[in-house]
Amino acid sequence: MPLNPDQLAARVAQDIEPGSFVNLGIGQPTKVADHLPAEIGVVLHTANGMLGMGPAAVGDEVDPELTNAGKVPVTELPGAAYFHHADSFAMMRGGHLDVCVLGAFQVSASGDLANWDTGAPGSIPAVGGAMDLAIGAKRVYVMMTLFAKNGSPKLVPTCTYPLTGVGCVSRVYTDHAVFEITPDGVRVLESFDTSVEELRARLEVPLVVDVR
Amino acid sequence: MSKAQIFASPDEAVSVVKDGDTVLVGGFGFAGMPFDLIDALIRQGAGDLTIVSNNAGNGDVGLAALLKAGQVRKVLCSFPRQVDSYVFDDLYRRGEIELEVVPQGNLAERMRAAGAGIGAFYCPTGVGTPLAEGKETRTIDGRDYVLEYPIKGDVALISAHTADTMGNLVYRKTARNFGPVMATAATTTVVQVSSIVDAGQIDPEVVVTPSIYVDRVVQVEPRHYTVQGAR
Repeated sequence: MPLNPDQLAARVAQDIEPGSFVNLGIGQPTKVADHLPAEIGVVLHTANGMLGMGPAAVGDEVDPELTNAGKVPVTELPGAAYFHHADSFAMMRGGHLDVCVLGAFQVSASGDLANWDTGAPGSIPAVGGAMDLAIGAKRVYVMMTLFAKNGSPKLVPTCTYPLTGVGCVSRVYTDHAVFEITPDGVRVLESFDTSVEELRARLEVPLVVDVR
Repeated sequence: MSKAQIFASPDEAVSVVKDGDTVLVGGFGFAGMPFDLIDALIRQGAGDLTIVSNNAGNGDVGLAALLKAGQVRKVLCSFPRQVDSYVFDDLYRRGEIELEVVPQGNLAERMRAAGAGIGAFYCPTGVGTPLAEGKETRTIDGRDYVLEYPIKGDVALISAHTADTMGNLVYRKTARNFGPVMATAATTTVVQVSSIVDAGQIDPEVVVTPSIYVDRVVQVEPRHYTVQGAR
């Protein structure tokens, strides 16, 4: 079976080093936090001005002045810090974040990311912090389904959607496989209930597999 | 500028806004949004405004209400489209409001630059994307950058937690967001706060926005609003 969203979030979490400073994008990437045990000391950054973000707030914990980048009420952990928006984005662009995890519409074989606008007629473009995150973190992990609802691959030779960043993606975590973007091509690190040959048959991107 | 003036009402505090002004409006969604100053601006009626804010309004209150009142010509923001941004969506689709989408970090840094007297800056955000089209680029130490210009406001309307009578400000949690940056970037900075204390009552070590950036302060009643669903 391909991984379900929760299993995928757990798989991404496995690759986050203890003590890392991490930004989790809005939507599915937020689930990664559920799989980061407190003892590994990962510090979560939220773009709207906080390090040391805790889990979603429930009941009396809800404070309208304490939200994450998705505007969902959250909590603060011991050792948290608040700062203004220019500082928050300096942390990204200055290369201080170890990892960010983002969703995507498409990722190209060379690590281009498209995740902010489908370019569809009538759509209202909204980028938020995606472009800053994409080029800022030391490692950019994408978390997405490998195929769109219509079956078309989202790991593609060249993105057809408007780009968020060029050559910025390090790894792509999908329900069918984990891929690393390297100068030598797209390496398959791991696959889930599918073979590299089956992946090759469904993707137009050449895949590199380590000879063991 | 001399020390901040303390006003008795939001209506007096926003009297400085004129037709055609660029107004920096604090807040990230509802957190840090200066609701009382915006409501006063609606009553005051200045129009043809350019609004710089992270979002383009949620629901029917705050910034959304200002848009609905027809006072806004253009919005510069990073994230207009949200589940409850129907006021903006409707105006945009009818062609009644202009939109400039700015990456969130550039929005903050462009205002920071305005406040710090920086003429322009090279930034790696957006290189190779539609938002860099037509902009000057430069390669520095092998990396590509886009030239970005400051965003300066005529007026900033922000919310903070506490001011002292000098105008020094402290904020609360993630309601801080764009406030400190916007305070530096406008000709006149107007702040609504939950409390005003005597000079000396805020530890100078914890002041976030020093009084030099603050022109007008008004105390308002804390407003209770729900954030659930405000995405």
